[in-house]
Amino acid sequence: MDMPKPNPAILGKRARVIARLQAALDPTAVIHDPAETRAYECDALTAYRCPPLAVVLPSTTAEVAAVLQACHEEGVPVVPRGSGTSLAGGAMPTADSVILGVARLREVLAIDLENRAIRVQAGITNLAVTQAVESDGFFYAPDPSSQLACAISGNIAMNSGGAHCLKYGVTTNNLLGVTMVLMDGTVVELGGPFMDAGGLDLLGVVCGSEGQLGVVTEAWLRILPKPEGARPVLIGFNSNEVAGACVSDIIKAGVLPVAIEFMDRPCIRATEDFAGAGYPDCEALLIVEVEGSGAEIDEQLGLIRQIAAKHDPVEFRESGSEAESARIWLGRKSAFGAMGQLGDYICLDGTIPVSELPLVLRRIAELAEGYGLAVANVFHAGDGNMHPLILFDANKPGDLEKAEELGADILRLCVEVGGCLTGEHGVGIEKRDLMNVQYSQEDLEAQMRVKDVFDPRWLLNPAKVFPLASSDTRRSAA
Amino acid sequence: MNTAAMQPSDEAELAEAIRAATGPLRVVGGGTRPVGRPVSGAALSTAALSGIRLYEPGALTLVAGAGTPLDEVEAALAAEGQRLPFEPMDHRGLMATDGAPTIGGVVAANASGPRRVQAGACRDSLIGVRFVDGAGNVIRNGGRVMKNVTGYDLVKLMAGSWGTLGVLSEVAFKVLPAPEAATTLALEGLAPEAALAAMAAALGSPYEVNGAAHLPDGRTVLRLEGFAASVAYRGGALAAHLAEYGAASRIEGAESAALWRAVRDVATFHGQAGDVWRVSTRPSDAPGLAAKAGGRALYDWGGGLLWLLVAEGTDLRAALGPFAGHAVLVRAPEAVRARIAPFPPEPAPVAALTAGLRRRFDPRGVLNPGLME
Repeated sequence: MDMPKPNPAILGKRARVIARLQAALDPTAVIHDPAETRAYECDALTAYRCPPLAVVLPSTTAEVAAVLQACHEEGVPVVPRGSGTSLAGGAMPTADSVILGVARLREVLAIDLENRAIRVQAGITNLAVTQAVESDGFFYAPDPSSQLACAISGNIAMNSGGAHCLKYGVTTNNLLGVTMVLMDGTVVELGGPFMDAGGLDLLGVVCGSEGQLGVVTEAWLRILPKPEGARPVLIGFNSNEVAGACVSDIIKAGVLPVAIEFMDRPCIRATEDFAGAGYPDCEALLIVEVEGSGAEIDEQLGLIRQIAAKHDPVEFRESGSEAESARIWLGRKSAFGAMGQLGDYICLDGTIPVSELPLVLRRIAELAEGYGLAVANVFHAGDGNMHPLILFDANKPGDLEKAEELGADILRLCVEVGGCLTGEHGVGIEKRDLMNVQYSQEDLEAQMRVKDVFDPRWLLNPAKVFPLASSDTRRSAA
Repeated sequence: MNTAAMQPSDEAELAEAIRAATGPLRVVGGGTRPVGRPVSGAALSTAALSGIRLYEPGALTLVAGAGTPLDEVEAALAAEGQRLPFEPMDHRGLMATDGAPTIGGVVAANASGPRRVQAGACRDSLIGVRFVDGAGNVIRNGGRVMKNVTGYDLVKLMAGSWGTLGVLSEVAFKVLPAPEAATTLALEGLAPEAALAAMAAALGSPYEVNGAAHLPDGRTVLRLEGFAASVAYRGGALAAHLAEYGAASRIEGAESAALWRAVRDVATFHGQAGDVWRVSTRPSDAPGLAAKAGGRALYDWGGGLLWLLVAEGTDLRAALGPFAGHAVLVRAPEAVRARIAPFPPEPAPVAALTAGLRRRFDPRGVLNPGLME
């Protein structure tokens, strides 16, 4: 993975930059000892590391503005960081950059149940938002699997999803407004506790811009009333194709489950060995969860049973209790941990049209065989967001590269069948150089023009999202 | 005033027409939504960029040329028991226009109806666009899958940009199954504050209310949709939940559908003299704003969307003062729309971003120039 060479002029004025940062905010919020900055050398994409020049941990929007203004004046790149859980390298620094962490911005600022909205500082974790309102019967819908750790700022940057977005949408559909600081230190308010934009939908383009347009310090989020209840069903099949067809039929029938999760045989085996959830020994299984009152759940599950029956399932296990529900989810929720027990893995995130599931699963198996690598599949089937896990051995020279090549082939396949490179993790550095597969140079130009407006000198998280060759002119002009 | 519209027959011709433009272009879909500052210029119609390009009911996705009549899209969806989730408003009655609304026009206006409170706005269902910018570049963003974070989300930027950043050539949507049943609960005679509280209680309940409006005739109406047994259950549960606001009567079937069409299209102001403003705000602030405005009010989106009918030429923003949200002047004579900015003025730093985007997407200022200013 190439990163731009650090700018020697910036490295040469390291002491001056640090002094300016110390003047801009509480000096204890500036970390520059190399032993300490190493904690920020990577995010959850741990294969790539580079300690930053310094790390700042501001506590207020004003401090964020002061830091950005100082860096802007010094021409120093800034890499915003939430909790560092990005799987795409979105928060990976370069040696000449300052990491701006929002970990100290974690207050709940206002809970407005009457208007179903909450205002938070952006460093708060995703789960803490739900925790702030759940005793009142509300929740925040996007639920990435890192929700215990990941920050709302990172969710906004990556437009994060989760298992329940089939019904409730992703971050952008649940984000009402932000307070954001531009690279030159200007503070802007976009949106607010209301439901649309008066002019251009700038909030819509900020969400998912991977920290390249501004640093979000506060957010208004939509909260929703908790459903009366929820219950999953587990359905086992003898082939991936049949499971894929069943997903399509469920959706067509008018049932709108909150989640339809899919696991293939390698994944089922690994999780059974790891968690012992009692999953059937079969080629593919679906976990379908529906919500409502007891009677409503019964009705929906009845309909799903009828649909599944046409596909000759080897198992149909309806949860009858909290404990059974937890057991059905146990394997799915342990899947990533289970795969980790088997060795190192890369987790992909391509999305495909649901109708292409059988074809894509078959082609992935063929590609994996060609590379001599194992792939397990566990993903959100209802919306076609796949997470193939490519197993490799980090201690074996060349194995990581081979796994990355297979990953790139699989993502090309996703685009080829009408899908995209990333459904919820973001581009970061991981998929940056594949952007040309999905978008023409003109398409990318249009996106880069947006960055030109928000950050004319390309100092905010500059080496992400766009292929380095495409953004080179802009970055070197900085 | 205008000669026959240019009507490119495909995206390449559209790009050519824009590149060849020597002056302002007035972008026209169905011509049913004359909102914003009046634009003079050569008419550029998307009418020939028509047709459903892809529809996969099992994947809940539909892709259509921007000029496709909305009727055609809705008929294709209905044939498979599906629909656009966001219930796009038909502006014809309010604006006294005729013609056939296009799907591209729906996107350009981000036209969203009562179901916005649950299913999101047009921009939330829109998953892909193709458009030609003001320099004639053909640009694609998003795609045809419902989860996609690959690069910047220009799809959202295009929704509600009223043809000022680019001319849409193709749009892609996530669609949803149409429900088996629907019912409306009506509460009578609530004052606006009590109506707002009732709507907040309903929308804060687990009963999946997907329409909440307070009408000028004093009725407060709440809609439930879904499987028949579920709707029956939730109808009873919601009525009990709202007992303190009075006994709820029921409106069913065609009458319920007609009522929500009327809310969606703001039928209560059709043919009524005066200017029509659309105020987006924090729901609980809506009654206070309506009182300041005077005139008549229709509350949709549980109060988050306030339609106001006021005397012609009223500067509503001055009357309302600062509040969380914004006010758009939707219907007024051209002279009024020339004097009072139809779209809300933005604070300087935001206005600078908006202006910067316009300069980059339409460097010559030829696409509906001034419409949103």
